[in-house]
Amino acid sequence: MNVVTPPAKKGRYDAGVMKYKEMGYFDLDYVPKPTDILAVFRITPQDGVDADEAAAAVAGESSTATWTVVWTDRLTASERYRAKAYRVDPVPGAPGQWFAYIAYDLELFEPNSIVNLSASIIGNVFGFKPLKALRLEDMHLPIAYVKTYFGPPTGIVVERERLDKYGRPLLGATVKPKLGLSGRNYGRVVYEALKGGLDFTKDDENINSQNFMHWRDRFLYCMEAVNRAQASTGEIKGTYLNISAGDMEEIYERAEFAKELGSTIVMIDLVIGYSAIQSISKWCRRNDMILHLHRAGHSTYTRQKTHGVSFRVIAKWMRLAGVDHIHAGTVVGKLEGDPASTHGYYDICREQYNPQNLGNGLFFDQDWGGMRKLMPVASGGIHAGQMHLLLHHLGEDCVMQFGGGTIGHPHGIAAGATANRVALEAMIFARNEGRDYLNEGPDILARAAKSCRPLAQALDTWKDVTFDYASTDTPDFVPTTTAV
Amino acid sequence: MRITQGTFSFLPDLTDEQISTQIAYAQKNGWAVNIEYTDDPHPRNTYWELWGQPMFDFKDPAAVMYELAECRKVFKGRAYIRLSAFDNTWGWESVRYSFIVDRPEEEPGFALDRQEVDGRSQRYTTRTYATDKPAGSRY
Repeated sequence: MNVVTPPAKKGRYDAGVMKYKEMGYFDLDYVPKPTDILAVFRITPQDGVDADEAAAAVAGESSTATWTVVWTDRLTASERYRAKAYRVDPVPGAPGQWFAYIAYDLELFEPNSIVNLSASIIGNVFGFKPLKALRLEDMHLPIAYVKTYFGPPTGIVVERERLDKYGRPLLGATVKPKLGLSGRNYGRVVYEALKGGLDFTKDDENINSQNFMHWRDRFLYCMEAVNRAQASTGEIKGTYLNISAGDMEEIYERAEFAKELGSTIVMIDLVIGYSAIQSISKWCRRNDMILHLHRAGHSTYTRQKTHGVSFRVIAKWMRLAGVDHIHAGTVVGKLEGDPASTHGYYDICREQYNPQNLGNGLFFDQDWGGMRKLMPVASGGIHAGQMHLLLHHLGEDCVMQFGGGTIGHPHGIAAGATANRVALEAMIFARNEGRDYLNEGPDILARAAKSCRPLAQALDTWKDVTFDYASTDTPDFVPTTTAV
Repeated sequence: MRITQGTFSFLPDLTDEQISTQIAYAQKNGWAVNIEYTDDPHPRNTYWELWGQPMFDFKDPAAVMYELAECRKVFKGRAYIRLSAFDNTWGWESVRYSFIVDRPEEEPGFALDRQEVDGRSQRYTTRTYATDKPAGSRY
């Protein structure tokens, strides 16, 4: 016999509004399972909103919750599907902000879909009124989830083998001016830069198919330039043909033409979207094509510390989605990039295992399960005189792109390219020899310039150029003392 | 022309002492140094001839330099000779550097052959001038 006693207080499933904390989205005792996807958000609650409740709300709104109690939860194993805020820490040195750690059951996600992952984690919650601001700082992706993705179609090792280029960063340049050149003039820049010693040239993010240069014209002239440069140097050369376009059919058409003409590499912009990126990655895998990603648009949401998505998350998503190159900062160039955070991004691209490193902004351990590595690209306001700094910060497995630093050389594009190549080879040689190249860098360059006039001219032209501004996006953490 | 394949082709030709420093770097990292030579330097010619096996167990640059000297006795001036370092650690299992240490006295370079096809498209072929002659008598 059932005895019905009226509840003393409101029950979990009584109609009406209830605190997220009390709906099952908050549990400080929860120990994440090895298969959970973890996210850490920086939350800035509205005045008077409790941080724990705000964290629970983020967990709720990024998983199963809506603003009111719904009885249909009871048709599901709802406890499992509820994300759980399991840890809330004040952000060091930033009053009013907290790091909220949230665990999501693996069952919540479709395999092999960045669209699904991002729609879940950032799809709904960023406009939530009780928060002033919200930022997705980092994610941990369990290996079971990582393994549902194919990753970079080529990867660092195979790219090097395919291009026959080992032991040094690759060198590139973005063709400038980025708008207005005709196909014929554009190809001239490509030819001079590649013949002079660069490995790659690159279309800029907004070079697509405008009246001054239709895409087929650009592809034809660029491949003429690539092949000419290849024959005059005996080296494999490439140019990132930007195949970004208004729809996927057009992107495929441009990709096919690039392949037909014998290009080793194509490029896309981040703004084509996650589905398009995964599609073209698949195409590249089928067609032996290296895939370069220009992170066009990312600063709209990555740059401010309190709101948006950190670039380290985008880098993780792009390794899963499967690109071979990604712009990841220069440290010393003209664009935003705190050194510690940038080292963190480079590690995400290039390492098989990322241990937690709060100083570099890595909140979690991350095992990539043997997934291919992608080549970070340093581009924007760098020149030959910084070679020792670039090598120190960015290491050997990256592409260094000197656009202005090649094309702006006083004695022409080929001379600019030669200057960069000589500076790079001299620095690598000195490093391998065991010299303290970071401190002796200027001396190493000066010596190399004695037998290379273009380098001497480059050093002279740009000797005082630096971009030394405070970063807007730096990791907030308290260094812990390690037991010796 | 000067073929610019390899890690150090833009530097002045390396002395034996300089080559030794790079061998020492590879050995310090646990990489096996390998000597290869070819008389077909086409950029897509991946497999140069091996001079013996990769030197997995050599710990002294002098031992590699000895092998290089032996190789030069046969091929100096008649072929390209390169040194490469092989890293067998997981996740790499590939070459870590590769640079040319000897070149033929004359480097005739490459022709670019074109075939006009479909509209404005062209098929390009890079052809090594030297390979017009039979192997062994190219340089």
